[in-house]
Parts: sequence; structure tokens; C-alpha cells
Amino acid sequence: MKSLLKATVAAAAFLAAGTAANAADVKACFVYVGPVGDFGWTYQHDQGRLAVVEHFGDKVETAFLESVAEGPDAERAIERFAREGCDIIFTTSFGYMNPTIKVAKKFPDVKFEHATGYKTADNVATYNSKFHQGRYIIGQVAAKQSKSGVAGYIASFPIPEVIAGINAFMLGAQSVNPDFQLKVVWVNTWFDPGKEADAAKALIDQGADIITQHTDSTAPLQVAQERGVHGFGQASDMVAFAPDAQYTAIIDDWAPYYIHRVQDVLDGTWESHSSWEGLAEKHVVMAPYTNLPADVVEMAKATEAKIVGGWEPFTGPITKQDGTVAAEDGVRLDDGAILGMNWYVKGVDDQLPQ
Amino acid sequence: MFEAVLLTVITAATPLLIAAIGELVVERSGVLNLGVEGMMIMGAVIGFAIANQTGSGTLGVIGAIAAGMAMSALFGFLVLVLVANQVATGLALTILGLGLSGMIGEAYIGVPGLRIPELYIPILSDIPFIGPVFFQQDAIVYIGFALIIGVAYFLFRTRAGLILRSVGDNHGSAHALGYSVLKIRFMAVLFGGACAGLAGAYMSLAYTPQWVENMTAGRGWIALALVVFASWLPFRVIIGAYLFGAVSVLNLHAQAIGLGVPSQFLSSLPYLATIGVLVLISANRRLTLVNTPACLGKPFVPDR
Repeated sequence: MKSLLKATVAAAAFLAAGTAANAADVKACFVYVGPVGDFGWTYQHDQGRLAVVEHFGDKVETAFLESVAEGPDAERAIERFAREGCDIIFTTSFGYMNPTIKVAKKFPDVKFEHATGYKTADNVATYNSKFHQGRYIIGQVAAKQSKSGVAGYIASFPIPEVIAGINAFMLGAQSVNPDFQLKVVWVNTWFDPGKEADAAKALIDQGADIITQHTDSTAPLQVAQERGVHGFGQASDMVAFAPDAQYTAIIDDWAPYYIHRVQDVLDGTWESHSSWEGLAEKHVVMAPYTNLPADVVEMAKATEAKIVGGWEPFTGPITKQDGTVAAEDGVRLDDGAILGMNWYVKGVDDQLPQ
Repeated sequence: MFEAVLLTVITAATPLLIAAIGELVVERSGVLNLGVEGMMIMGAVIGFAIANQTGSGTLGVIGAIAAGMAMSALFGFLVLVLVANQVATGLALTILGLGLSGMIGEAYIGVPGLRIPELYIPILSDIPFIGPVFFQQDAIVYIGFALIIGVAYFLFRTRAGLILRSVGDNHGSAHALGYSVLKIRFMAVLFGGACAGLAGAYMSLAYTPQWVENMTAGRGWIALALVVFASWLPFRVIIGAYLFGAVSVLNLHAQAIGLGVPSQFLSSLPYLATIGVLVLISANRRLTLVNTPACLGKPFVPDR
């Protein structure tokens, strides 16, 4: 009995030594909503994590949990990371907002970063990217390229970020063709290749010859490729799946932000904030323009340059679907109005799910 | 328009149909295998990987079937030979399949896949409307229908089918009559695995020709529910799979047309329809009782 106890103690000491030897200065942990292999949203976050690994080497240890369902599971996953000694935890989906805040209260010394949410605390920062800037550009491209004048939009959940994306797309399209039509299909999932493909087919059957999506798989673009229509990549460059169909893609590049924030933790200068950057800071990047005539590429690049120069796509005149004015001519919507958007712009052929 | 809708319904229903008919045979033999999702996703990844390596869709499909069978053989060994709990083992099989497929498939993420070609049946495929819908599908769609007819014939018109059902209804009696309960069940489990693997191949080689983790997205579970929905009768599997496929596809078309019905309601329609039909079916209690395998999920240990 005694010897067994001794052995256990020795083993425990050995284990402790082992961890101490391995211990990096900072442990950065990531909670993902989808599989790292979705080639979309989660894939891009993991690319950001890998960039952190490459940038800091042994100084930073990383860990991640994938396919964590939004809700009670998320709280368990985040809390587990906090207990395991993570110094900074990135929670990378909108639905992790309340669980993150809840766990953060219990672990005041751990730093939390929640993507795409709006609740902050002393140890909870939020970060997001201005994806809608990219969507304005692809809206313009869509209106230029569409023969039928109808685009199809595969949407996930009616949250502000998605609605703002639809509106930005529509404003971009209307800036080229005021009569442009947009059909929206809500699939109520972030990731279901089969369902996304079916939605793309339904939209094409209804006359859309441009497909765009706010869901995470490559399936809609593949359908576009097969049916001979065109579309845009989501979150990552999906051109390999649709060499003839993809015009461009809105790429989320989280690497600069993750490296910056982990550096802050290393330096002890981390503070809570709400980061919301876009094309200008290269948090949002447009993939190379393909399958497009030169004048359209030129237009897209000019718009890109304009946005990088500080122009905001949500600048008036903007009319809501119900006919009321959202922004007068030349007036720019403030960040709060964009981040909390719950109305369609005029011309969207859909009723917003309430 | 109607034709286009029907075409999407067929692609949405086929994987459900194939996985469900396999599980139906398994359950008819008295075994409950909850691992359909796991076997299906393994079929999807292996099918994709082999098709990608060899450039042959046919080899991919064969590989997927083999992968599904290998998974089901593992399940069969655990629950039939070692008499492990069927529910727990089935769940474990799903989790294993999801994890293992993610690991195997890592190299194939972001690699465009190849699609199994559609077969154009001469003359028939030229008939307007009926031709494109029924006679211009890929081989797996036809195999699905052949499976339903084959299984129905096997279960209710052959001696072997009668033996399989008797094993599922009363394994004690079947054993006493000299039939090898475990061997028959093992064969049924293997058949279920093969079907699940084929359904997985349909996902990664025909429905959405690509590999992404978790791409079956719960279809294995729906297939399981369809077996109950069909009250263990093969032809009802067709009705169930197509009803489910139709309602979920119509949801998307209704939105694209712009009917203005809340999408959350439309998304829940397949499940509401399932509940509705289940209520209708269970109204006929006698038929339900007759068709439910009496020994479903009960372990059998031969007493030498």
C-alpha cells in the first residue's frame, strides 16, 4: 500500500514537472462552432490560430475545441478551458455570447474574446470584421454580371450580422442596377452542405443567376458551377470548388487580430475593447477576381479602394423595406445601427423572419 | 418548375431512403443499430478518398460500402459476440465514425470531388417531364429503388426473409428450431452497414461532391426515425423518405418564390409532418404491433 502511494506521488510529481517544462508563457484557447474542416468560417479561425503558433513558436501554447454547439455545451467547453489554465480564450460564434459572459464572471483573471457579439466586460473583449464591406462589393459585381437581374442569397439565421450582409449586398447591387432583385432563402443552419445545395438549386430554379451565401460550406458554389451560374466564396477562397463560377470571395483573415491580442497578453497590456475592422486593416480580404471582364474588376477594385479610404457602404440615402428613411442622403449609419440591424433595405424580396 | 422541384426532392430523399432500408433489415432481425450516422459518414469519407485517389466513382462507391460494412462488423462483434449494450454501442459507433472520418478526411478538405455520372436510359429519358425526373438519375438513385423492391421481396416472399423476421420476433424459438440467431443477425447488421456506406457515398459523390467534416449533418438519425415511421415496412420507407425530402425542399422553394411564410415554421415542417403521420399510423394498433420486431434491441445469448 505504502509503495503504491509512493509510486503515485512520484508519478504525480513527474507529471507536474512535465507540464512545467512544457509550459509556454501564454496559453491561447479557441472554441469553434463548426469542424475545422468546414473550409469556411471555422477553417478561417483555425488558420488564425495556426498563424499564432507560427508567429510565437514555443512562447504560446494553443488548444481548440471544434463543433461545440451553441448553448449549454458552449458554457461547459469555455469553462473547461478556463479551468485548464488558458490565459486567453477566443469564442468564435455569435451564440457563445452569453456563455462567455457567464464563465468570464467566474474567472476574472482569464481573458475572453468573443467574436461577433456585443456584450463586453472587464475581461471580455469583442471582435468582429466588417464583412458587409465585402458584401457591398460583391453586390455591385452581381448586378453588373447578372443577366436575369435576380440574385439568390442563402442565409443562415436572422441575426444583425447576416441581415447587414444582405442589406449591404442589396445596396451595392442597387448602386449599379436600381431594379435589381434579391431572393433570400433562410436555411436555419450554419453548416449543412446538402441543405445549402438544395437552397441554391431552388434559387436558381426561381431565376437567380447569381448565388451568394452566408452559410459555411462550399456546396452552393458547387451547384452554381454545375448549373452554369455564378457565385461568391464565403469566408475562404473557394475557387478550387468552382473554377468557372466564383467571381471572388470574401475572406475572413483573423490572423492579424489573433497575433495582436496574444501579443498584448504576453506584454501584459491586454484590455477589453470592441474591435470592428474591415478591408482597410485587412481583416476582410477580397479573393482574386476571376471570370470577370476587366471593367467589372476595375469597378470592384475602385470600390475596394474607396472603402479602404474610409467610405462606409451604409451611407444614405437608405430606405427601409417599409418605406421609412433609415439614413438621409450623405448620412452614415452609426456602428450601433449596423451592428443591431433588424430591418431590410427597400427592394429585398423577402419578409424578415421575426 | 415542378420538374425542378421533383429533381431536388429525389436527391434529398435518396440518402435517407438507402440508409433507412438498411436499418430496416437490421431492426427486422432484432438488432437496434443507432450508429447509422457514423457508418454513413465513414462511407462518405472513404468513398470520397478512394474516388479521389483512383479517379473512379465506382471504386469509390465500392470502398464506401466496404467502409460501412467494416464499421457495422465492429458493431456486430461488440453487441452480438460480446453482448454489449446495443444503444450505447450504437451511439459510440456514431461518435467513432464522426471522429475517425474527420481524421481520415483531413487531407481531402478543400479538394474538389468528382460526381458520379447520370445514367441516361435510352428512349425513356427523352419522354418530356417523366424522362428527366425518372430516367436521368445517377446509378445510386436506381440502386435505392432496387434495394427497396429487393428487400420487400426478400422479407415477405422468401424463406430466408421469413427466417430473418422470425429471429427478430422471437429469437428463442428461432434458436430452438436450429437457426443460428447470431449468424443471421450479423449478416443483417452487415447489410445495414453496406447500405449506410452507400448512402454516405451518395452524399460525398453525388449530392454534394466534396468532403467536409460532419457533412451528413444528422441524416443518419433521420434514417433511423424513418424506419419507425415506416413501421418496419419497406415500401413505406419510400413514402417517408420522399415526404421528408419533399417537405424540406419545398421549404426552400417556398422561400425562393417568396410566399412570405416564416422560415422557422417551414424548417420545422418535416418534423411536424413526421409526427402527424406517426399519429395516423399508430391509430392502427394491430398493424403496428404485427410489424414491430418483438425482440428489437434484446440481446440473445445462446444457451448451448
